Amino acid sequence: MTAAAAFFYLFASLAVASGFMVIASRNPVASVLFLILAFVNAAGLFVLMGAEFLAMILVVVYVGAVAVLFLFVVMMLDVDFAELRQGFQQYLPIGGLIGAIFLIELLLVVGSWSIDPGLVQAPLGNVASAENVTNAQALGRVIYTDYAYFFQIAGLILLVAMIGAIVLTLRDRPGVKRQNIAVQNARTQATAIETRKVPSRQGVEV
Amino acid sequence: MTPLELVGTVLLIALKSFVLLAALLVFIAYALLADRKIWAAVQLRRGPNVVGPYGLFQSFADLLKFVLKEPVIPAGANKAIYLLAPLVFAMLALSSWAVMPIADGWAIADINVGITYIFAISSLGVYGVIMGGWASNSKYAFLGALRSAAQMISYEVSLGFVIICVLMCAGSLNLTRIVAAQDTSLGLFGWYWLWLFPMFVVFFVSALAETNRPPFDLPEAESELVAGYMVEYSSTPYLLFMLGEYVAIMTMCALGTVLFLGGWLSPIPFAPFTWVPGVIWFILKASFLFFGFAMVKSIVPRYRYDQLMRLGWKVFLPLSLVCVVVVAFVLKVAGLAPGA
Repeated sequence: MTAAAAFFYLFASLAVASGFMVIASRNPVASVLFLILAFVNAAGLFVLMGAEFLAMILVVVYVGAVAVLFLFVVMMLDVDFAELRQGFQQYLPIGGLIGAIFLIELLLVVGSWSIDPGLVQAPLGNVASAENVTNAQALGRVIYTDYAYFFQIAGLILLVAMIGAIVLTLRDRPGVKRQNIAVQNARTQATAIETRKVPSRQGVEV
Repeated sequence: MTPLELVGTVLLIALKSFVLLAALLVFIAYALLADRKIWAAVQLRRGPNVVGPYGLFQSFADLLKFVLKEPVIPAGANKAIYLLAPLVFAMLALSSWAVMPIADGWAIADINVGITYIFAISSLGVYGVIMGGWASNSKYAFLGALRSAAQMISYEVSLGFVIICVLMCAGSLNLTRIVAAQDTSLGLFGWYWLWLFPMFVVFFVSALAETNRPPFDLPEAESELVAGYMVEYSSTPYLLFMLGEYVAIMTMCALGTVLFLGGWLSPIPFAPFTWVPGVIWFILKASFLFFGFAMVKSIVPRYRYDQLMRLGWKVFLPLSLVCVVVVAFVLKVAGLAPGA
């Protein structure tokens, strides 16, 4: 148990520290790299909770795909953060005030939350006893049975978002020469080459 | 668990990791030599033959040369990220070996999500590439990094679907159980390379593209470009990139062995052959796949970049997606689905 606690404090403190560095670092690329570090530490926390499948999916999806896109965009944009921070002193009082109000409100709302003891024991339908059932199996049994509709709806929303993104960025430029691989592969000597007899001093029409 | 037991466990894991690391690095040194020898043989050359008998110590001489040279850091490079990138690349490549079942029960960490772990780790490899290209503060390195990253991301998608096909047949994410699921009385013909042959082909080609091997070595096409994202690197940092690349290639060979070639199982399932230790079969199979990689490198001309992207997104992705549906359908209708 001590080892688990030690790892928990390691991952948690690293996650918080890198989360702070995301907003504190001067270089936007370094910010994204710290964000990735925070994701990886969150995955470590998932592993400690026994949710290893979620941890791996977090790494694959957020670190392996989403953060790569962030990194691409930030590298391309060439944002000068030092310039953006010029009015820092000037805006500090009002910014600090708003931040403090938000913090107090959050504490007031979240501080009164408590977990209903019945929820912890709530029957999870198809989830069998935790013995001999791996993460992936347990998740699959719930997602594809009790929550099948929600799962399908989530998929549809993602599909709509994807189609929207494609429609927004698709432009039809005239005059672009495209290759048609099927046509190229279908070319034979007979269709590609024409042999003509060229009469002397007359030439041929091409 | 008492503190003494804890220390013992940690030491045992460290020892196992060290032995595996040493074995892997020696194996890669000779795989590199074999790569060059095979390439030379196809081109009717001798290949490296000066250092040691038949050039057997060539890789170690190269290692010494890289380590002893002066590392040059370009002016204007982001020094921390510049040096971090090759470390990240090599470390990530090595860390996927933690779950590889080299023989029955020989995996250092026999975790339930083994295949997802390897997939996650290999999807992180792209960071070494991007960080290296960006931190070099050079146009060539940056463009090379973008090309490399786009290529790695594209082929990861179809690789994921290929893995899903195998998972559905095996019914587990655990690499040891995936191999155990291929243990039938059919031997060689019970492994998934035969039953999922189209997926085996897609896996092999995607693995080539994922590891930036020829004919998909566009990021570092030696004859027409500079060396891609690692153009500014020299000495040990360059060595780490090179090492990471070869470790990733061996990981792909080992993964292909586990998923399609029955891991440590004997190809002929009766007495004299089953006495051979599983680790020998594993090495033989992985070496066979590596020989395939090397032969492809020497006999196939390089792809053009748009053709590469077309192959990844318009051919392999739909093919593997359809295959997932077909495999699921067949398993369900024939009642072969494991655990059903």
